[in-house]
Amino acid sequence: MISVKPLLEVEDLTVEYATDAGPVRAVDHVSLDLTPGEFVGIVGESGCGKSTLLFAIARLLSPSCDVVGGSVRLHGRDLLGMDEEALREIRWRDYSVVMQSAMNALNPVLTVGAQLEDTIAAHESMPARSAQERSASLLRLVGIDPLHLKSYPHQLSGGMRQRAMIAMALIFTPDLVIMDEPTSALDVVAQRSLMLEIKELQRQIGFAALFVTHDMSLVSHFSDRLAVMYAGQIVELGDTRELFRDPKHPYTSALMASFPSITGPKEVLQGIPGSPPDLLHPPAGCRFHPRCPLVEPRFRIEEPPLTTVGNTLVRCHRYGRDH
Amino acid sequence: MAAIIDRAAPSEAGAQPKSATLTSVIETSGLTKHFRVGGLFAPRFLHAADDIDLSIAQRQIVALVGESGSGKSTVARLLALIYRPTRGEVRFKGRPLSSLRARRDVLDYRGRVPMVFQDPYSSLNPVYRVSHGIMRALKLHRPDLRPGDRRAEAERVLESVGLTPPGRFLAKYPHELSGGQRQRIGFAQALASSPELILADEPVSMLDVSVRIGVLNLMAQLRAERGISILYITHDIASARYVADRLLVMYAGHVVESGPSEDVLAHPKHPYTQLLLSAVPDPRAPVSSMPSADVGEPPRVVDPGEGCRFRGRCPYAIELCSQVTPRLRELRPDHTAACHVATADQAG
Ligand SMILES: Nc1ncnc2c1ncn2[C@@H]1O[C@H](COP(=O)(O)OP(=O)(O)OP(=O)(O)O)[C@@H](O)[C@H]1O
Ligand SMILES: Nc1ncnc2c1ncn2[C@@H]1O[C@H](COP(=O)(O)OP(=O)(O)OP(=O)(O)O)[C@@H](O)[C@H]1O
Ligand code: SF4
Ligand SMILES: [Mg+2]
Ligand SMILES: [Mg+2]
Repeated sequence: MISVKPLLEVEDLTVEYATDAGPVRAVDHVSLDLTPGEFVGIVGESGCGKSTLLFAIARLLSPSCDVVGGSVRLHGRDLLGMDEEALREIRWRDYSVVMQSAMNALNPVLTVGAQLEDTIAAHESMPARSAQERSASLLRLVGIDPLHLKSYPHQLSGGMRQRAMIAMALIFTPDLVIMDEPTSALDVVAQRSLMLEIKELQRQIGFAALFVTHDMSLVSHFSDRLAVMYAGQIVELGDTRELFRDPKHPYTSALMASFPSITGPKEVLQGIPGSPPDLLHPPAGCRFHPRCPLVEPRFRIEEPPLTTVGNTLVRCHRYGRDH
Repeated sequence: MAAIIDRAAPSEAGAQPKSATLTSVIETSGLTKHFRVGGLFAPRFLHAADDIDLSIAQRQIVALVGESGSGKSTVARLLALIYRPTRGEVRFKGRPLSSLRARRDVLDYRGRVPMVFQDPYSSLNPVYRVSHGIMRALKLHRPDLRPGDRRAEAERVLESVGLTPPGRFLAKYPHELSGGQRQRIGFAQALASSPELILADEPVSMLDVSVRIGVLNLMAQLRAERGISILYITHDIASARYVADRLLVMYAGHVVESGPSEDVLAHPKHPYTQLLLSAVPDPRAPVSSMPSADVGEPPRVVDPGEGCRFRGRCPYAIELCSQVTPRLRELRPDHTAACHVATADQAG
């Protein structure tokens, strides 16, 4: 394998929320690299720490939340140690973020056009006229009639607001775009054309994307590699097609068996029995053991390490050295 | 592990027999909502929903799908009494909503027809703990519950949407919740009132596939065990097929197709429905089999005038399409589409 210098290096990142009942570890020793131009998807159960991971990388953690270990580097520069001023400098230009709350992220008292133009003005000196043109063409790119430059956020549908935020993230064609559920409010036709536009842009200017999604088709068609998280940890990481073809972690296999299809006989699906782990008191041993159909006594006590199997990383005892 | 159990699929379990005349819970006729946009002196009107006739029967799950911006949330908001219609009427069990004037009547209606909002980040009040909204709904709409039993009921409701341990979630503030957790709180609040019809606007869009299946199964169970009806707005067509009896497809403010879900999926009649279904990617299929994007402009919904609103993208458009707005016609049994060109199936 040829090694390309990574664009983003996340190493051993651990993040905790302080709560009255004690620390909630939402991200637990996560390591992940992105090379330039690479699309990496993250999937995992609701509440397993995906947004927290993205927030930590983007330096957008809430005050009750702390990085308690690990590092994040972009272009080799330490992001976690950077002061606010240096961050402001690179946010939007080097990396941009579309948050899960994107539908609610626009300022309600400003028109969409004013917000796009303000963002442009804050980072680039450009005549008002060109800023307007740039904004209009961005809206067109994400499939919104530029007529809505004059609309206030509440006058847009959920999916339109979400697309406006994606437009915002692409303004300066950053090297890395971080997106949390970017298309959860889009119909499949709009989603497909938007993703094809993004891919096309990516081909032209070569940015990388790290995105969280629950949409398995989005993952399967647009991510080069896929990270599967469970209870704050990465449990499987590898080539997307390989993961779909041959899921190794029992949680990944269970996920792959949980989505209905639009063709074929209709079957009752059961999801994954048992409850999601309580991150305040995560299970000992393998975190998936209370719900795992393949559990053995030892798995309840010993925590499995991440093991390399072919090109895939798996956190499961069944792939351990002594198994 | 997602076990596949050999019994009736959720969209059939507990559904009404197809031949029976169904009692409708809610019915709309000519329901229309226009928004005024543009300047003070040259007002223009955005047609968010035009002439919607829909009916949801007791014990029925109706999925509403369609393009982003086509008016799905607007329809739900009209049914939820959040917007007043520009024209047309909504009847709840025969009674026109326009006659609900007293605050008490409106409150009572909202308890029977709760809405789950699309954006869980703006619909939960940040200053209250989760317990507040749920306990309030129980207090207002569940007179049968003794005050001492409310807490246990609140926990039961949270558990049913997979938020465990429920006691811990009741004590949380919205900012302490993940996106999918917020979304399920929204659904739990609807359950805590005494719903007859739930207006669920994208209730599972932020849930991973396994938790999503849990909520879909819960919807099927609510219908089967409590006779609850659901308007299920979604972009996930496979999930619509999974739970819904009927499918409504919207495009640019119009309902363009309507029928039993399985029949609409197997025999889509409207060109937009066909485009939509062809775009549903199969996650298990290789990338190369993905069809290319369609080209064409977004529909005009501001002062749209006469004509089919899909004509700018439609491969079958004829001259008539730009002159006359097509009406819904029955093209298969119980299955209608609004298109000049689509033809009825031969009998047999
Ligand atoms: N401010 C907070 N205080 C305490 N716990 C929190 C806080 N914010 C989030 N959490 C908890 O941390 C866990 C991880 O949250 P996160 O938002 O990262 O999940 P997620 O994987 O993005 O889930 P989803 O897919 O539902 O959005 C959740 O269980 C959540 O309840
Ligand atoms: N309060 C409002 N004022 C003005 N226009 C509005 C308002 N609410 C919605 N609209 C417009 O009405 C149209 C339909 O919006 P609606 O929210 O019903 O779409 P939707 O089908 O729910 O879309 P999505 O799938 O993206 O949520 C859009 O063009 C939107 O811009
Ligand atoms: S009415 Fe005409 S333009 Fe509209 S969908 Fe049918 S053929 Fe196409
Ligand atoms: Mg999240
Ligand atoms: Mg909507």
